[in-house]
Amino acid sequence: MSVMAEEQLAPDSVATRVNNFNIKVATVNGSGSQTSNNVLIRSLFKMGIPTNGKNLFPSNIQGLPTWYEVRLSADGYLGRRDGVEIAVCMNPASVAEDMQEVRPGGIILYDEDLPIAAHRNDVRYFPMPVKWMLKEADIGAKLRDYVANMVYVGFLAYLLGIDLNEIRSALDWGFGGKEKAVTLNFDMITRAFSWAEENVVNDQPYRVEAMVGFNENKILIDGNAAAALGALYNGVSFMSWYPITPSSSVAESAMSYGPKLRTDPETGKPTYAIIQAEDELAAIGMVIGAGWAGARAMTATSGPGISLMAEFVGLAYFAEIPAVIWDIQRMGPSTGLPTRTSQGDILAAYYLSHGDTRHVVLFPSSPAECFEFAGTAFDLAEGLQTPVFVLSDLDLGMNYWISDRFEYPTQEMKRGKVLDADQVKELGGKWGRYLDTDGDGIPYRTLPGNSSPLASYFSRGTGHNEYAIYSERPEDWEANLERISRKFETARSMVPAPIINEVDEATVGIISLGSNDPAVQEARDILLGQGIKTSYLRVRALPFTETTLAFVEQYDQIFVVENNFDGQLQKILVNAAPAQAPKFAKITKCDGLPLAAKWIAESIMAHLA
Amino acid sequence: MDRIQQAREATRSPKVNALGLEKTEYRARNSTLCKGCGHNSISQRIVNVAWELGLDQTQIIKLSGIGCSSKSPAYWLGGSHGFNSVHGRMPSIATGAVVANRTLSAIGVSGDGDTGSIGIGQFKHAARRNVPMVYIVENNGVYGLTKGQFSATSDYGQKLKYAGVNALPPLDICFEAIAAGATFVARSFAGDARQVETLLKAAMSHRGIAVLDIISPCVTFNNQPTSSKSYDYGRQHEVELHEIEFVPRFEEIEIEDYDGEVEVQMHDGSWIVLKKVEEDYDPTDRMAAYRLLEESHGDERLLTGLFYIDQSQPNLVEILDLVETPLTALSTEQLRPSRESLEKLIDSL
Repeated sequence: MSVMAEEQLAPDSVATRVNNFNIKVATVNGSGSQTSNNVLIRSLFKMGIPTNGKNLFPSNIQGLPTWYEVRLSADGYLGRRDGVEIAVCMNPASVAEDMQEVRPGGIILYDEDLPIAAHRNDVRYFPMPVKWMLKEADIGAKLRDYVANMVYVGFLAYLLGIDLNEIRSALDWGFGGKEKAVTLNFDMITRAFSWAEENVVNDQPYRVEAMVGFNENKILIDGNAAAALGALYNGVSFMSWYPITPSSSVAESAMSYGPKLRTDPETGKPTYAIIQAEDELAAIGMVIGAGWAGARAMTATSGPGISLMAEFVGLAYFAEIPAVIWDIQRMGPSTGLPTRTSQGDILAAYYLSHGDTRHVVLFPSSPAECFEFAGTAFDLAEGLQTPVFVLSDLDLGMNYWISDRFEYPTQEMKRGKVLDADQVKELGGKWGRYLDTDGDGIPYRTLPGNSSPLASYFSRGTGHNEYAIYSERPEDWEANLERISRKFETARSMVPAPIINEVDEATVGIISLGSNDPAVQEARDILLGQGIKTSYLRVRALPFTETTLAFVEQYDQIFVVENNFDGQLQKILVNAAPAQAPKFAKITKCDGLPLAAKWIAESIMAHLA
Repeated sequence: MDRIQQAREATRSPKVNALGLEKTEYRARNSTLCKGCGHNSISQRIVNVAWELGLDQTQIIKLSGIGCSSKSPAYWLGGSHGFNSVHGRMPSIATGAVVANRTLSAIGVSGDGDTGSIGIGQFKHAARRNVPMVYIVENNGVYGLTKGQFSATSDYGQKLKYAGVNALPPLDICFEAIAAGATFVARSFAGDARQVETLLKAAMSHRGIAVLDIISPCVTFNNQPTSSKSYDYGRQHEVELHEIEFVPRFEEIEIEDYDGEVEVQMHDGSWIVLKKVEEDYDPTDRMAAYRLLEESHGDERLLTGLFYIDQSQPNLVEILDLVETPLTALSTEQLRPSRESLEKLIDSL
């Protein structure tokens, strides 16, 4: 069943297709194509065109094939879309497949020196004299490979009509105004543009046109930078991390923005510490030590990292110490596909560690939400005195997304129940570290350095009573777990509520999370086009709020859309609402790519048929 | 009050330290370790030293990993916050805590399994970072809590009831510490009260990480006279590298002219004076420390003393060049940049 028949353009169609097609650029990893691709996406964004860019890169420094998919969507759909209308072929290793992938009616730009086995007659070819142009421009051998990629930028600019001024600005932005680099690259782009203008008949149908109404008041940024900024604006003072794709750019962004944003004006010194740990065990250990001492502390990692952190996370859960852990998910199990996206850590994060553990987990769906949840996570971690996970993924974390502007946090930072020396004195001997004074399961803590001699207590992962004294008494153990359970119930009312869009007469409910959001939104439009009305709930946190469970009850059928194999969110939903279990159907895909709307819509329709 | 009662009060009249506190106020819960455990002696040494130096317990943190040794922080300095963490990972907890609040003084307690086996990585990285802390290894060469397995410091050829004969050479905690970049490395014997206390005092005044490898006999699982971590062995084989004297900064420094002594000024202004008794040894010479330790492996001596000290190296907090205010005490204004800064940044994206 195909719900997107409109995509099949006749090979000889001359109808122009404006701002509504996919470009796929195939290059060699490490050849500097990221610069040229970023220039492309940024120029299109600045022209006001709804667009997304997905970097499909190998786990490799140099040499393996890498691709960049750009989708232009005049209708404002920002999810990934399958299919290629325009191929840019720069890589001899993948050129045959890359050319084969193009849809009938599409076009192929290629380096004319590539070995082309066979020509298709349902696409148009545009050879680019890359080598000749580099020679003409007299580019030194050292820079030749990097500048070569600018040739296709110039060609695309000519064929599609990309604004050269925007390209120039994008280069300025990308190179941070380094004039020499900007000139070198822009010169190559204009050379390619002019050559194409003189020598190529532009009889292909794809065009870009500036738009208004969509990108105004929007920004172009990756989720990891947004997370780092959100942390810096929400009081992070300690960050410890160990390099792992796709999370490294969280800490690296904090290092790059930190000096500008968080330097103490009086002393000129940083109001935060960032430590690259020797491994993820040390990274989370330092975060827990800092959180115990009273700092807003976080780490960023990916699946293998949370596996290593499991024991420490259990300690923080049981000793009740705040910690924020960003898991930028990638494909597992094991090393898996380190540079491919997935949402496969939902269950692992929710239940991480041995014994009876459950954690608060947040699911941002956009850079703006990464920014916001960076603060929410700290408020929850300190408010609940527990580890809090934020589950992003490679697609959201590392790709540029068009996002709402970040909202300046207006709410005070919620630092939780911390007693100072005077408050401890007032309580006399009545304070106990794990006493549930308020009935919400959340005890009061003191910080090391509190000057009251009554403030000290002994944190431990071993059994303890309400006064933090070692205990193996069965009653103490049970009382503690029961209180922590109450705390988890309290969390239900503190976590971000789901975003719900209910449609009259809809009988089908869709539940999804995180970076799937744009694809799900688009899939709902496709389904609507087929006469299927859907309501949609986007889960933003675990534990589920009451509204989530109410939503489940309301619909005859619930499709849970996830980018993993097992349907992990669905499993947690079934656990939370066992009586509703027969309603759920999992719509899952786990192939390393972000979900595409068409696939979601077709999968749901197949279930309904 | 009758005379007898008065007399009783008078005899009870306790000695107090500079803070007006009795020594008992530096204790905490009763030890649950075996009677005669070397770790209990070390706990007593810590109490004595903290009391003598008049330390403010509320500004000290006690950290440990897992094992018999790691239980001991519950037995001393009840007025300090304590953290019994996970096996072999105490150094990372300490690192986070002292960076978060630079005014805290950290005392970490670990064992030979906790440091030499499961925790060797974190131990060496803490040394490399020069984390400002006292790092005590209560070294008995055996796993106690799990009842008698070999650790990484167990003697070569050592026999244990269930574990059999140890066919692997031991790690030397002090050697590992120096190699990793630790800036204060010493060894002592739990039964040598005077030396342990002197080294503890010096360690507490040290600028960066101070590693104290204290041989601490396990009376239950590893106290055969043949073990280098037994009381018998320790008493018979302990060779002091030098006599050590520690002069706290609040005492007037008066050192008699003494042939062959080395004075090292600590970061806080106090002094440590090493009086050479056996050989010409300079604890600021790293190569000499390597040589000394390497040579000691071959003979039947339990070499104790301060092997290496370098007061010139910045500690981790200094390396990070942080704002003076503890990160845990920053104001909201310091923690949250202005609205204008965000608008400006957003406009550039």
